[in-house]
Amino acid sequence: MYLYDAIDQRLVDERVRQFRDQTRRFLADQLSEDEFRALRLRNGLYIQRYAPMLRIAIPYGLLSTRQLRKLADIARKYDRGYGHFSTRQNLQLNWPKLEQVPEILAELATVQMHAIQTSGNSFRNVTTDHFAGVAQDEFVDSFVWCEILRQWSTFHPEFSYLPRKFKIAVNGARADRAAVGVHDIGLHAIKQGNEIGFKVLVGGGLGRTPMVGHVIREFLPWQHLLTYLEAILRVYNRYGRRDNIHKARIKILVKERGPEKFREEVEAEWAHLKHGLDTLTEKEVARVEARFTRPQYQSLKNENLAGEPAFLAWAKRNVHPHKVPGYAAVTLSLKKTGVPPGDVTSDQMDAIADLADRYSFGELRVSHEQNLVLADVRQRDLAPLWREARALGLATPNIGLLTNIISCPGGDFCALANAKSIPVAQAIQERFDDLDYLHEIGELDLNISGCMNACGHHHVGHIGILGVDKNGEEWYQVEIGGNQAPASLGKVIGPSLARADIPDAIEKLIHCYLDRRDSEAERFVDVVHRIGIEPFKERVYGHAHQRAPRSQREPVLA
Amino acid sequence: MATLIKGRRVVSENPFSLKDKVVRLEPADDPAAISLEGVARVEVNFPKFGDGRGYSIARLLRTRYGYRGELRAVGHITRDLLFFLESCGFDAFELREGEDPREALASFEDFSEAYQASVARPVPLFRRRAV
Repeated sequence: MYLYDAIDQRLVDERVRQFRDQTRRFLADQLSEDEFRALRLRNGLYIQRYAPMLRIAIPYGLLSTRQLRKLADIARKYDRGYGHFSTRQNLQLNWPKLEQVPEILAELATVQMHAIQTSGNSFRNVTTDHFAGVAQDEFVDSFVWCEILRQWSTFHPEFSYLPRKFKIAVNGARADRAAVGVHDIGLHAIKQGNEIGFKVLVGGGLGRTPMVGHVIREFLPWQHLLTYLEAILRVYNRYGRRDNIHKARIKILVKERGPEKFREEVEAEWAHLKHGLDTLTEKEVARVEARFTRPQYQSLKNENLAGEPAFLAWAKRNVHPHKVPGYAAVTLSLKKTGVPPGDVTSDQMDAIADLADRYSFGELRVSHEQNLVLADVRQRDLAPLWREARALGLATPNIGLLTNIISCPGGDFCALANAKSIPVAQAIQERFDDLDYLHEIGELDLNISGCMNACGHHHVGHIGILGVDKNGEEWYQVEIGGNQAPASLGKVIGPSLARADIPDAIEKLIHCYLDRRDSEAERFVDVVHRIGIEPFKERVYGHAHQRAPRSQREPVLA
Repeated sequence: MATLIKGRRVVSENPFSLKDKVVRLEPADDPAAISLEGVARVEVNFPKFGDGRGYSIARLLRTRYGYRGELRAVGHITRDLLFFLESCGFDAFELREGEDPREALASFEDFSEAYQASVARPVPLFRRRAV
C-alpha cells in the first residue's frame, strides 16, 4: 500500500470540507443543478435511476484490509449492505442518500480513501495490472508509476475541466494485463538496455465509438513522463471537441487530426515543456516507492500442488504464478452463478479482509474483471485458503472461463442503461453451469454492457453483448472476436436478439467453435480471428430464424 | 455592475470602463495570435461552467507569452473554480450573478497545497517535498 504523508491526507480532508459546503449550497438553492452536477460528479456522485450512486476510488485497484473493512461498514451504515466492484477497479454503492455523502467521504478519508474524480470530465482512476509487483514477467512495478500519476492528475488546476472523461492505464510487465490499447492514454513500460521508459498510446477507448489507441511515441524515458503527458493534455484540453458529448473523447481528436498530425502537435507543445521543472527525478521515484509497504516474504521453495480434484480444478483456474518462490497469487471469484458480477456483501467484505490478513499480508487488489486478488499467498496455504473461500462462495473455479462474466450494473440500477445486464449474465451462467464443459470450452471472455457507453467492455470480450433499446423494448446485440490485449474490437454478428434467446445464441457460438477448433489450445477468439464471423453468424441466425421469425430480423436464406 | 474580486479583495469597478485597453478572449481563441502590447487587461470568457479551455489560455499567457497585466476570468464563474483559476494565473474574477463575493473569498483557501506546477506554484510539489 502507498501510505499517505501529511500533505496527501490534508488534500483529501480539504476536499471533504469543500464538497460538504457544495452539498449545503446545492440544498440551499445556491448552486444550480448543472453546476452541482459537474461538482458532485468529480466526487463520484451520480443521480441514478432509483437513488444516487457513489463511486469510491480504489487507486489502481490496491486495497488494504483496513480499507476493505471500512467499505463494509459504510455499505452497512449508509447503504444496503453490499457494494459493486466495477471494471475501473472502483467500488460503487447503489443506495446512498445525497445528504449523507459528505459524511461517507469523511469516513473514507480516515482510511486514506476518497471518491475524487471517479466521474466527470476529468482524469479518472489510473488502472493497472492486478498482478503488479508479483508477476514473473514484470520489469517495473507499475503501482509506483500509477501513484505518481495519481498525484499529478489529482486536482490538476489546468486539466480539471476537460472535454470529456480521461482514462490512463499503466502496464509494467511484458504481457499487457492493463488493456493499454483501449485507454485515452496507455503507457506500456519498456526496458531499453538499462533504461526504463514507456511506449505511449493515445486515443483508444470503448464507448459508442470504440477505437484502438495509436502509438505516438515508441520510447519515452521515464523522466519525461509528466511533461509529455502535459503536452498531450494541453493539446486535448484546447482542441478536443466540446460541441458534442459523443465526439469529445481524445480518440475523436486523434482520429480527426490523424495520429501523425496529432503526434506533431504534441511534440511541438512538448518542446516548450521538456526538461522543465516537471521533469521527474530519481529522488521522487524513490520517495514514492519507499512509501509503499512491501510484503516480508519468507524464504520458501515452490511446491507441487496435490489434493482432491475440486481443489486442483480451482488451482488451475484461480491460482497464478508469483515471482517469489513458494508464493502464488489467488483470485477470489465474484462470479458465482446467481450473484450479480462484481457484487459483494458487507459480511463477505469482512470475511475477505480476514482471509487477506491471515493469508496475504493484509492487502488485496481489485481486478478490472471485477474479482478480488490475494497477491501474496504461501503455496502451502492454498488448500486451507481454498476451503475457506469455498465456504464463503468465493472459490468458483472460473477465472478466464465463460462464466467469469464482466458486466455493468445495467438497467437494474443505471439511469443510462438501455437494457438490463445482470439477468443476462445470470441466464448465461445458469446455462453453462457444468464445470467440465466450461473447462473444455477453455479460455473465453464474455462481457456485457447495458448500453453503448460500454462500461461492461463488451467490445473487447471474445463474446460481447450489448443491450439496445428498440421502441422501448430491450434487445441485445452480439459481437464476437474482441480481445483486450493485444486489443481488437468485436464484430456484430447480426440483428439483435431478445433476452430469452441469448443463452441459446451463446450455446450455438460455442458449438460452432468446438466444431471448428484445431485443438484445445486454439481459443474461441483465435478461431474467430482465423475463420471470420460468417460461420458463427450462420449457426446463430439459421436456427433463430426458423424458430421465431420477426419483422425486425433480416430474412436468412437457408 | 458585476461582482468583482481582484487581488483577493472584493472591489467595485465598472467593467465597461473605457480607459484601459482590454482584450477579450473566447475559449477557442489562440492566445499566441493576439498582440499584448499596451494591454491593461485580458478577459477570458467561460461561457459554460464546465468549459476548461480558459485555464490553458491563462497558463500560456502567463508562462509562455509573458503577460503580466490583469487577467480576468469572466462568464460562468462560481467560487468553486477560484482555486484552479488562480493557480492558472488569473488575478481577477467576475462572479456570476447570485454568488456572494465575500463568502467566495474563502474558496481561495479550498486547498492548502497542490501536487502540480502551476503559475501560482511554479515548482511542483515533488521538488519541494520532504522525504
